Amino acid sequence: MSTMTFGRAINAGLRRAMEDDPKVVLMGEDIGKLGGVFRITDGLQKDFGSHRVLDTPLAESGILGTAVGLAYRGYRPVVEIQFDGFIYPAFDQIVCQVAKLHYRTQGAVKVPLTIRVPFGGGIGSPEHHSESPEAYFTHTSGLRVVSVSNPQDAFVMIQQAIASDDPVLYFEPKRRYHVKGEVDEAVDLNATSMSDARVVTEGSDVTLVTYGPLVPTARDAAIAASDDGVSVEVIDLRSLAPIDFATVEKSVRKTGRLVITHEAAQSGGLGAEIAASITERCFYHLEHAPVRVTGFDIPYPYSKLEFHHLPDLDRILDGVDRALGRSNSLSSRSGLEG
Amino acid sequence: MPLNNDADATQDELVQLIAPNGERRSNAAYDRWVSDVDDAGLQALYEDMIVIRRIDAEATALQRQGELALWPPLLGQEAAQIGSGRALREDDFVFSSYRENGVAYCRGVDLTDLLRVWRGNASSGWDPYAINMAPPQVIIGAQTLHATGYAMGVLADGADSVAVTYFGDGATSQGDVNEAMVFAASYQAPVIFFCQNNQWAISEPVRLQAHVPIAHRAPGFGIPSVRVDGNDVLACLAVTREALDRARTGGGPTFIEAVTYRMGPHTTADDPTRYRDANELEDWAAKDPIARLAALLDARGLLSAEVSDAVKATADDVAARLREGCISMPEPQILDVFKHVYSEPNSWLDRQQDHYEQYLTYFDSADADSAASNLSKEANR
Ligand SMILES: Cc1ncc(C[n+]2csc(CCOP(=O)(O)OP(=O)(O)O)c2C)c(N)n1
Repeated sequence: MSTMTFGRAINAGLRRAMEDDPKVVLMGEDIGKLGGVFRITDGLQKDFGSHRVLDTPLAESGILGTAVGLAYRGYRPVVEIQFDGFIYPAFDQIVCQVAKLHYRTQGAVKVPLTIRVPFGGGIGSPEHHSESPEAYFTHTSGLRVVSVSNPQDAFVMIQQAIASDDPVLYFEPKRRYHVKGEVDEAVDLNATSMSDARVVTEGSDVTLVTYGPLVPTARDAAIAASDDGVSVEVIDLRSLAPIDFATVEKSVRKTGRLVITHEAAQSGGLGAEIAASITERCFYHLEHAPVRVTGFDIPYPYSKLEFHHLPDLDRILDGVDRALGRSNSLSSRSGLEG
Repeated sequence: MPLNNDADATQDELVQLIAPNGERRSNAAYDRWVSDVDDAGLQALYEDMIVIRRIDAEATALQRQGELALWPPLLGQEAAQIGSGRALREDDFVFSSYRENGVAYCRGVDLTDLLRVWRGNASSGWDPYAINMAPPQVIIGAQTLHATGYAMGVLADGADSVAVTYFGDGATSQGDVNEAMVFAASYQAPVIFFCQNNQWAISEPVRLQAHVPIAHRAPGFGIPSVRVDGNDVLACLAVTREALDRARTGGGPTFIEAVTYRMGPHTTADDPTRYRDANELEDWAAKDPIARLAALLDARGLLSAEVSDAVKATADDVAARLREGCISMPEPQILDVFKHVYSEPNSWLDRQQDHYEQYLTYFDSADADSAASNLSKEANR
């Protein structure tokens, strides 16, 4: 066991994957000498050489497209997208090429590609630097999408993503990069699957589902709620595509109430998918309609106001109160609030 | 896959009218484009460069003092921005990236507007139509397509204004920039591609983006190109005027590569000592665009103490106004986040705004404030 930051844990996981498999190559802008703008690849080019850690030209479509070519050739590229908002120039390659190649070739060509994306807000950045684009990718079949929330998962899941024969989008909550945690580097990688959700805090009154940057906030909300006599079960999805609905379903059958929180905008977001799927599975166990606490349907706002857009402890607690039918910000309304 | 570093994408002849030591070089092809620049004209260019360097220093200081979230310095690129910026007509339209504060200054930007985005108070600083300049573009290269489309519109309207787009050496790797050149050539659009090759794209040297001089690519698209000494304000003015004239008279697009150097960090969040050799900075400091024009002015007796003092006073005044504008900028209103997402009403968003308003009232304003500050504490853990 050692204590390390989130960012360091990803670095350690990348290092391990590169040591274990010479076909693993890293690609991205500024990832070599600089170690990436967040220093996640710090020291890797020095130790593995510039043939394994490639500073690429400034072209996201180019990066993803050439990574597809490398995959044809048996490599396992790990691509860094510098910031969430810069994944869009590569969108076509990801959704039309990366996602579909295995299907198009009846399984003949594998695309064991990992796309690392620092995502989410909360660091006071300019536009295009704080986006939560995960739903675009969960909507595309053929892609696996995961998001990590703590150093141990970061270390393990980056290796599992690289080892996967499917393309994986690996979303890193950038505002948590400096969070420290215990990491067991000797852990058996096969003991867990990155596709499984995890119960962070057990509870009996409400199920609170989240992932990535909001997991610590949700955990804090559960602690605050328990002071108020409400028992909240927090679930960290970890995998956003596919979603481990069995774990969520089990929890909701127990609690009868579901709150989903994410930074991404509400409409067409993952919260909608989870609410619909759980309603299908647990309709007769639900005591209240699922409640979403999310970012607004707006472009990510300028930094002075970003903390109004991002769900915080109080907004989550308000959502919990809504699910419980307790006094809440909408309780003066008639009918179904939500 | 080691990178082939042999090719030298920087060696090529540059249009130069002022040598690094300040000597005026005559140039048969380009002198005529600046024949009207008299003593007062040279002094004005000098003042512009001093002022924008001062704006840059002041904004950098404001960032260090916590008044701005971030700032992208233009230190070293004054000649490229003033030379090209001062060539433009009021009805020309600029599509730039984030570093062209000197160009915005030439367009007559309100100084406070220059800082709104970097202070985190707004999504954009100015009304594009007020100064004929689009808001700074962060997505590398995207603006080159907008400029080309604008130029196609100019052409369709039978007007003679020109779209000018600014971007870096790194941007030339993007598909967008290459697609912009295809469109510009196909439609013979009156657009100028003004590439400030400042040698670096964050930590990546220009040789990672280009195996031959960047200006050599444009002819492959059917676009004439020129490499200019980007630290020579007069040469930048001359080549831009020539390109503008070509565009106005139906000659289509031009690609200008201004070879210059970013002397500071990429942004205030960057640490260039991690990737850049100190000697390189020294070499380029010897080609400083302002020192060069100062030497020319001095040799001609145009830089008296009186002139220097006046220029300094102007820069001081601009810096003081910039600082004042920054510090006294009103804080944004919370519900403004819902404004302008659409130009027509949207019932989904209206509902969200309505709920959030109710949430804020529920907590009452004092509680809501402490909720926001709790979250920022929580986020920083
Ligand atoms: C599409 C996209 N990818 C990545 C980035 C991150 N980024 C911001 S500036 C920059 C380097 C730009 O270099 P260059 O084009 O040479 O312009 P310069 O900053 O040197 O003026 C990078 C990689 C971005 N803003 N947009």
